Amino acid sequence: MDLQTSRSAGALEPEPAPPDIQRDASAPQATHAPALVPAQPLVLIDAERSSVWLDLRDLWRFRELLYFLTWRDIKVRYKQTLMGAAWVVIQPIFSMLLFTLVFNKFAGLSSGDIPYPLFAYTGLLLWTFFANAVINGTYSLINNTNLITKVYFPRMFIPAAAIAAGLVDFAIASLILCGLAVYYAVVPSAQLLLLPCFVALTLLLALGVGFLTSALTVKYRDLRHALPFIIQLWMFASPVIYPASKVTGAWRWVLVFNPLTGIIEGFRSALVGRAFDWTAIGIAAALTLVVLVTSLYVFRRAEETFADLV
Amino acid sequence: MQPIVKVENLSKRYRIGGLHPGYMTFREMLAGAVTAPFRRLSGGGDASSRETLWALREINFEVQQGELIGIIGPNGAGKSTLLKILSRVTKPTTGRVALYGRVGSLLEVGTGFHPDLTGRENIFLSGAILGMRRFEIARKFDEIVAFSEIEKFIDTPVKWYSSGMYVRLAFSVAAHLEPEILMMDEVLAVGDAAFQQKCLDKMHDIRQQGRTIFFVSHNMPAVTRLCKRVLLLARGTIASDGAAERVVNDYLSTSLNVGAERIWNDAQSAPGNEVVRLRGVRVRAQDGETIAAIDIRRPFGIEITYEVRQAGHVLAPVVELYNQEGTHLFSAHDTAPEWRKIPRPAGLYISAAWIPGNLLSEGSMLAHVSLMSHVPSTVEHLHERNVVAFQVIDTQAGDSARGDYIGPMSGMIRPLLVWTTQIKQDENR
Repeated sequence: MDLQTSRSAGALEPEPAPPDIQRDASAPQATHAPALVPAQPLVLIDAERSSVWLDLRDLWRFRELLYFLTWRDIKVRYKQTLMGAAWVVIQPIFSMLLFTLVFNKFAGLSSGDIPYPLFAYTGLLLWTFFANAVINGTYSLINNTNLITKVYFPRMFIPAAAIAAGLVDFAIASLILCGLAVYYAVVPSAQLLLLPCFVALTLLLALGVGFLTSALTVKYRDLRHALPFIIQLWMFASPVIYPASKVTGAWRWVLVFNPLTGIIEGFRSALVGRAFDWTAIGIAAALTLVVLVTSLYVFRRAEETFADLV
Repeated sequence: MQPIVKVENLSKRYRIGGLHPGYMTFREMLAGAVTAPFRRLSGGGDASSRETLWALREINFEVQQGELIGIIGPNGAGKSTLLKILSRVTKPTTGRVALYGRVGSLLEVGTGFHPDLTGRENIFLSGAILGMRRFEIARKFDEIVAFSEIEKFIDTPVKWYSSGMYVRLAFSVAAHLEPEILMMDEVLAVGDAAFQQKCLDKMHDIRQQGRTIFFVSHNMPAVTRLCKRVLLLARGTIASDGAAERVVNDYLSTSLNVGAERIWNDAQSAPGNEVVRLRGVRVRAQDGETIAAIDIRRPFGIEITYEVRQAGHVLAPVVELYNQEGTHLFSAHDTAPEWRKIPRPAGLYISAAWIPGNLLSEGSMLAHVSLMSHVPSTVEHLHERNVVAFQVIDTQAGDSARGDYIGPMSGMIRPLLVWTTQIKQDENR
C-alpha cells in the first residue's frame, strides 16, 4: 500500500507544469516564489506519542488567541444589554444588602472587627468572581463545539478565556469595594500590597477547577446539572457571609480544607490591616497548586478526544 | 523531492455508543441486556469490533509542495476525518503525519464567527482563530473587507447579515490566510455564481504562490478542473490515487454502479424480445478504445451491439442522453441510409451514435438505449435505462468554449461558437 501510493505520487511529479500555470507565470501578479520545504517537519502528529506536559512553545505561538477569545467573551456578555456593566455592580450590592439584613440584622451574626456590609461585600466580591469563573469555565468547552471540531489551537485557551473574562467584572465590582472602604474609614496599611496576591490565588484556583470541570463536562454531561448545586454548597462551606472563626467543632475541617477559606479571610485581612492567618493561607496556596497541577494533567489527557466527544 | 505532507499508516477508530451510556435510552439499555448473552453465544466477533468504526484504515500517501489535491468519496468514506487529522483537530488512532509547513484549515465557513459581534470584530476574531497574527489581520483588513463586498455593513452584528453576506465575509477572512498547506472542505458549495468565481480565482492564486491545497468536494466538475491529482477514499482506505480524470471516473462508475461498458453474455436474459436482443453497450473513442473520461473537445461514440433474431423487421437504434441532474439532454434515432426503412436479416449488428466534440457540457452523463421499429408501425422492442455512464471533462486547455475562464459554467450544452469582432473606427479621431 505504502509503496504503491508513493510511487503514484512520484509518477505525478515529473509531469510538466500544467498549461494554466505556464500561462499565468507571465502574469504580473504571480510574483511569489514558492518557499523551500524545510528538512524537519514543522508538526509531527504521532498516534503513539502523546505528552501531558504543557507545550509552552505552542501556547506562546497562539498567545494572541487567548487575548482574542477573552476579548470576545467580554464583548459578547454585554452586547444588547440595556445597562451593560451596571449588572456587575448591582448583583453583589443587592446580595450584600440582603445578607446584611438577614444574617446581620435579623439573625444577629457578628463579623468581629469589620463592619458587616464591608465584610459581606469582600466575601461576595471574591466569591462571585470565583463562582462565575467556574461556571463559565465549565460550560466553555461545550459552548465552543464549533471551534473544537473545526480548527486546532491549544484547547486550554477556551476555559482560560472564559475565566479571565470575569476579571473585568471583578475590576468593576472592586470599585464599589473602594467606595465601601472609604465609607467605613478603613485605614490602608502595608498589608494592602498583598491584596493582588489573593486575587491571583482566586484566579489560579478558578482556573484549576475550571480546567477540570470543563474537561469532565465534555465526557460527562451530568456535571452540567450537578454544578449549580455544588457551587451553592461550596459557598456555604466558605467564609463568605460568616467569619471563619465562627465555625468550630465537628465541621471545622470543611473550612480548613477549603482553599477559599484562606483566600477570602486573607483578602479581608489585607484590606483592613488585620493579622494574617498564615497557616490558612499556606494551606490555601498549597491546595490551589495541587488542584491546578491535577487539573492540567487531566485536561491534557482528555483534550485529545474533545473533538470526538463534544 | 521532499514531500510537504507525509502520511504513514494512518488510522482512526471511533467508538460508537459505548462511551456514552448517558445518551442511551432506557429501552436500548434493556434490549442490550437481553440480547447480550445470545450475542456471546453465537460468537459472531467480539464486542469491541461491533462498537467501533474505522473511519480511516492504514492510509499512506505523500503530497508535494504546490499540489492541489482533491479528495473525493461517498459520504462516510473518511474524507472529513482525514482533513481533521491533518489539521490537528482530532488525533489518529495509529500512524504518523509529518507536516512540513504551517497548516490552515477551512473545514466550514465562518469558523469562530460570533453572531453578536460586528463584521469588523469577527474579522479579527475569526482571523486569530484560523491562525493569523493580529498585525497580519490589521494589515489585510481593508483587502478582506473589499473582497467580501460588504463595506457598508462592516459595523453591523453579523446575526443581521443575510446568509450570502455572512458567507462572503467568512470566506474573505479565510481566503487571506497564508498557510503553506491549506485544507478546504466543500466551502465552494456556497454563495452565488459570481462569488464562487472569486473564490476559485483566489484558490488559483493560492496555488500560484506555491502553496499546497487539500480540497474535499462532491463537485466533480470542480475537482477535475482544479486538481491534477485526486485521492478516492472508500470505507476509510485509499481506493484510488492518481490523475484527476481517471480517479473521478473510477468513483463515478462505482458510485453509479454503471461503467463505460456493459455486456450481456447470456442471450436469453438479455433485454429485448423475440425480434431483437441487446448484447452490449459501450462508450468508445474514435480509436476504438472504451473510455469513461471524455475530453470535451473530442467526438466519441455510444456503441450498441444487438442481435437480430427474427429477420424482416425495420429497426432503428435510439440513444438518449441524461446529465447528472437527470435532465434529458436529447434523443437520437439512427437515420443512416444503410438500414433506413430496410428490413434486416438476422445477425449481430454493431451501431454507433457519434456525438461531436464541443457539444455536451462537462459533468457525468448517463445513456439510455432502445431499439425501435417505426415501419410499418411504432414498436419498442427494448428500452434499457442507465446502461452506460461517462464523464465529460473540460481540461482548461484554452481551446474549448470556456476559453480562459476557469470557474463553474452552467448550461446543458457547451458548443464552441464562431465569434467575430470588428473594431469600429471612431469618426472623431
